Amino acid sequence: MGQQIQVSGLDAYYGKHKAIADISMTIEPQSITAFIGPSGCGKSTFLRTLNRMHEVIPGARVEGKVLLDGEDLYAPDVEPVAVRRMIGMVFQRPNPFPTMSIYENVAAGLRLNGKHSKSNLDGIVETSLKSSNLWNEVKDRLNKPGAGLSGGQQQRLCIARAIAVKPEVLLMDEPCSALDPISTLAIEDLMAELKNQFTIIIVTHNMQQAARVSDRTAFFNLSGQGQPGHVVEMDDTSRIFTNPSQKATEDYITGRFG
Amino acid sequence: MATPVRTRDGGSALGRSASRRSRGESPFRYASTGAGIFLLVIMAAIGVFLVVEAVPALQANKGSFFTDLIWEPNGSQIFGIGALAFGTVVSATLALIMAVPVAVGVALFISHYAPRRMAGVLGYVIDLLAAVPSVVYGLWGVIFLVPFMQGPSEFLNEYLGFIPLFGGDLVAGRSMLTASIVLAVMILPIVAAISREVFLQVPRMHEEAALALGATRWEVIKVAVLPFGRPGVISASMLGLGRAMGETIAVALIFPATFGISFEILTPQGNSIAANIANGFGEATPIGRGALIASGLVLFIITLLVNTGARMIVARRKEFSGAAS
Amino acid sequence: MTTIQRISPNRRFKDRLVQFLVYLSFAIAVVPLVAVLWMVIKNGLARFDLEFLTHSMRNIGATDAGGGAYHAIVGTLEQVLLASVISVPIGLLTAIYLVEYGQGTRLSRAISFFVDVMTGIPSVVSGLFILAFWILVLGFSFSGFAGALALSILMMPTVVRSAEEMLLLVPNDLREASYALGVPKWRTITKVVLPTSFSGIATGVMLAIARVAGETAPLLLTVFFTDSINTDPFSGPQMGLPLFVFDQATRPTDTAIDRAWAGALTLILIVMLLNLAARLIGWWRSPAKGR
Repeated sequence: MGQQIQVSGLDAYYGKHKAIADISMTIEPQSITAFIGPSGCGKSTFLRTLNRMHEVIPGARVEGKVLLDGEDLYAPDVEPVAVRRMIGMVFQRPNPFPTMSIYENVAAGLRLNGKHSKSNLDGIVETSLKSSNLWNEVKDRLNKPGAGLSGGQQQRLCIARAIAVKPEVLLMDEPCSALDPISTLAIEDLMAELKNQFTIIIVTHNMQQAARVSDRTAFFNLSGQGQPGHVVEMDDTSRIFTNPSQKATEDYITGRFG
Repeated sequence: MATPVRTRDGGSALGRSASRRSRGESPFRYASTGAGIFLLVIMAAIGVFLVVEAVPALQANKGSFFTDLIWEPNGSQIFGIGALAFGTVVSATLALIMAVPVAVGVALFISHYAPRRMAGVLGYVIDLLAAVPSVVYGLWGVIFLVPFMQGPSEFLNEYLGFIPLFGGDLVAGRSMLTASIVLAVMILPIVAAISREVFLQVPRMHEEAALALGATRWEVIKVAVLPFGRPGVISASMLGLGRAMGETIAVALIFPATFGISFEILTPQGNSIAANIANGFGEATPIGRGALIASGLVLFIITLLVNTGARMIVARRKEFSGAAS
Repeated sequence: MTTIQRISPNRRFKDRLVQFLVYLSFAIAVVPLVAVLWMVIKNGLARFDLEFLTHSMRNIGATDAGGGAYHAIVGTLEQVLLASVISVPIGLLTAIYLVEYGQGTRLSRAISFFVDVMTGIPSVVSGLFILAFWILVLGFSFSGFAGALALSILMMPTVVRSAEEMLLLVPNDLREASYALGVPKWRTITKVVLPTSFSGIATGVMLAIARVAGETAPLLLTVFFTDSINTDPFSGPQMGLPLFVFDQATRPTDTAIDRAWAGALTLILIVMLLNLAARLIGWWRSPAKGR
């Protein structure tokens, strides 16, 4: 379960501005990979190129290759919509659909993509909510609006919504930055459970979080103001945090900049 | 713990067949683009067909369309827009002069003076009044205001008659002034509603900054509220001006429908393009209809200029306020 | 020992003066507006009866009392309904194009500009356009439908602007959340964006309807007058309620003036009901309440 992602020579642009340059990496299945680095270094941009969300922004485009299990996501006959069904995403701020109930939120990805029988949906909604450790908290109020939950619950609802469409990969863009420490812990525990089923990639500003949850870590940096972001190094998390090979990584980890 | 069931179908992991799923995309996109283009076509058509129908009448015109003060397209076929355009602009401008200060006062009252709970209700009432159909104001104007204005008009004429505006030998209720008052009453809620909205948008911190300096309520308004609200008030006023110039039915009931140019606003004369269309349409000959359409084209162009002017003022002001904040 | 300084008399006077002027202008504004409403209610109730609401003006002589506005009410409802059926889909789709598809393109800038221009079209000009295009060039006769066309020209830009405003209020987060689930753009718009902005758009549409329901000038040039009931908006002259008020107001008898007031009262009631409905929709389905 979960598939490997191989990126080679990837550049991303906003109009004329090059945001990230020449990124190549391999992301292993059934593991958690963390992206760390200072603000504005292109971590989130890179994350969004992996499920073709980058191009949603007017004027944004991508060059290079992203292979999911050997298939190029940017091949001309591949539709972005299909890519996003394979590679789910959780955003920085919890964003449940305000007009939908908890149940409808989880079922949204399936319902909006085609017809599903009621019993089939019931099963998937329950499984997904259980997988995201939310079932016990919401099973009695599935028809209440999703916006009525607490921030941490909303974020787990968004995770349930993302895994309900059964993606291979789960992208998480600073999923805990808007949450309190207890909710953050719940999400981190959840990630550890989910990595058996999905390839998980998380962007985080919190280095302790990266050290706690991830198996591998990639450090992103900028060479200078206005320069595109790039990957300085990528290695096992334990190595990055104890014995990085690059001076810049060490400086960042030890808090000398960023 | 249940593992999600994989429904992957081998090689087509990325669902090349997925094109099926987005089949609705292009029709929807074309429909919405088409609707937008359709609006452009309507705009073009409005211009084209008004011109097409106006040209034969203009060619048959034995007078000069832009300078003549007579409107006899049905009889002598001499007609000019002069008197009508004059009446349109003057009555609307008078209305604006009367309405804007009051409207700004009303907006300030609701946004900064009235108790909070009352303000909400009053705002709602003003919105409702802005929705009262113009024919209702016209009815009120012709039944109540025209006879009512006889007295005040005579008073103004007698004591302020030395001012040319209030001069003239014959004073009547049906006058440019009465029509302007009705127009002013009509546009007041519109101008007040927009101004109120703008005043309420003044950033709280601007006002608090002024208060913290020890400013009185008026000084807060002068320093923080009015500068911020000015472009909004200007555009609201221009919108009101456009409305007043295009207003038809209310003034059609009140204007004495004379043709001439006079600044004596108490005397029984006055007319406007829109009122003339409403009053003259019933018995118009084909040439007469064409002439009315030509006058409508002129009205269209005048209001277009006013609205464009409003938008330019707002755009320029925006740059300034943007730079300042 | 320091004492708190009192503000100077000059500043205090100015503050009081402005306060007085503001209160005064409010009073000045309220008087005519309340006078209009009061007169409409007082004079309108005289003939606001069952006969008025259920009878037309057919066979009512010039000086006769009685008669009613049934034909005009029916006409107005049909004309406004037709105008909405024409302008709401076009206006809504245009707003969707402007917000969701056309951002920044030359076409969307052109459309946006001309929607602004269209907003400023005097209502009598829209009537003249339909007269020139539909009746004089294409040769159709005066009809309720021609009136609906003229009204829809006035309605479209209002619908576009209010729908556009509401669509822009939908947070981009929601669109992205939907895209990230692999939902195509058009389904994202129809299933996520539109439901989220539903109440706002519905409010805007109701206000637009309320506005055109009271328009007289475009009807004058396109539906003409009739004293009889004509339930078919596609053939022959039809009456409209604003037109009825105008028509009765220009007749010289007291009985006609009474009918005009009753017509004005009916018209105001219809417009107010539409406004009230708009507010209720906005309040009832506000997304902030979750439902």
